[in-house]
Formats: sequence, structure tokens, C-alpha cells
Amino acid sequence: MEQCVHLEFEVAGNNFAQAGLASDQVKSTLKKLGIDPQDIRRVAIAMYEGEINMVIHANGGRAYVDIFVDKICINLIDQGKGIENIELAMTPGYSTAPDDVRALGFGAGMGLPNMKKYTDVFNIESEVGKGTKVEMEIHFR
Amino acid sequence: MKVLDAIKKIEADIVNLSDGDREIITGYCGDFLSFVMGKAPQDCCWFTVMTNINVCAVATLADVSLVVLCEGVAPSPELVEKCKTQGVNLAKTKHDVFEAVRRYLNEV
Repeated sequence: MEQCVHLEFEVAGNNFAQAGLASDQVKSTLKKLGIDPQDIRRVAIAMYEGEINMVIHANGGRAYVDIFVDKICINLIDQGKGIENIELAMTPGYSTAPDDVRALGFGAGMGLPNMKKYTDVFNIESEVGKGTKVEMEIHFR
Repeated sequence: MKVLDAIKKIEADIVNLSDGDREIITGYCGDFLSFVMGKAPQDCCWFTVMTNINVCAVATLADVSLVVLCEGVAPSPELVEKCKTQGVNLAKTKHDVFEAVRRYLNEV
């Protein structure tokens, strides 16, 4: 399959002013490639939620993005504190975000559920004390 | 409805106007950013009381036509600056969310 673009981003931990920059750059790239706006929206939502998770919970991480003709693959890798119970973390409304983060409008417990909802492939692996890896694919319709 | 017309109807003040002619096709009310990201329709008018810089990121990524800050809250300087650079239409109103929406919908 022909690969169009590979992008990598460093996501800074606890930096809410920079949060969303990677997602925005991916969005701009997809726009230039002429991808359908509805697909771009799904990518933007899923990636922003992932970015925010790394900012809030993992002291940052890296995002690896591969754009193909018919899909986009996003890998989010961090060396944060990890997730104890993934099933619980995937439950809509469940959040471990601290109060100061909630005051910014985050911590609704919809991050991971949104990522799953808007992607065609969603895998998450995590080890407590080691970090978390999220693999997402969005297939262009 | 165009952004400028909506601002007038809501009795809002312009904070940043990047495209006053942009069309609004529907609306969304909410403050939890993940709900907004997941549910706010494209080209909507988003009514909120959140004022921090992340409002701009969400509005950009969700393709919101106009953000209306309600209850007389003031946007943070970082939010204003970011909306200017990102081209996000931002307005503020003294009305609460319900009242602002009533005006938007011509029910006043």
C-alpha cells in the first residue's frame, strides 16, 4: 500500500497551551491531501483525546502518524504511570483526572470512549509504572 | 445563519472575528471538552462558560463556526490570542446559556 506521509510529534506533559498542536497539524495535512471532512473530524477527535491523555496522565509522550491512501494509523506511546484497569478506564464517565484538570473542562471520562467510538481499529496496552501504547486506525470512507 | 447575524441576535460582543460570513447550521451547549469534541456538530455555534486556551483547540478540531462565552465570563488572554492565530470566531455575552440560545432561536 502506498504511504503518503509519516509524521512524528513530541507531546509535552502538563502543557495545556501546546495540547492539540499535533492533532491540528495532522488535520491540516489531511485537508491538504483532500481527505473527506467527516474522516478528518474523526481523526481530529480521536487524536486530540489521545494527546490530552498523554498531557494529563503520562507527563507527555510521542505520537507516530502514518497516512496512507485509504487510512491513517496513529500510535501514541508514553512512559507514564500506566493504567491499572483498562476495562474500567474505557467506561464512559470514569476518570482519574485531578481537580485542577477538571476545572479546565477535561476529566469527563469520555477520552478513551471517544477514541474507540471514532476509530475503526483501537487497541490499548498498558503496564503500571511502564507506560501506555495506543494504536488507532481510521479508514477513509 | 451567518456568524455576524448570530452575534447580533445573541447580543454578544465580538472578541475575535475571523470569518463573519461563515455559516452556522446548528448549535451545541456544553463545558466538558470531551463531550464537545465527541458531540458538537461541524459548523455549529458552541455555547459555553469555559474560558481557557483549550476552548480554541476544541473549536478548531471540531470545526465550530462560532464560540459564544456566556454568563459574562471573560476569555483568558491566551484564548483570545490563540483564536486570532487559529482563525476561530469568538464572542461573549452577558446572557446565560439558556437565554443566549433562546435569542439565537428567535424565542425572545
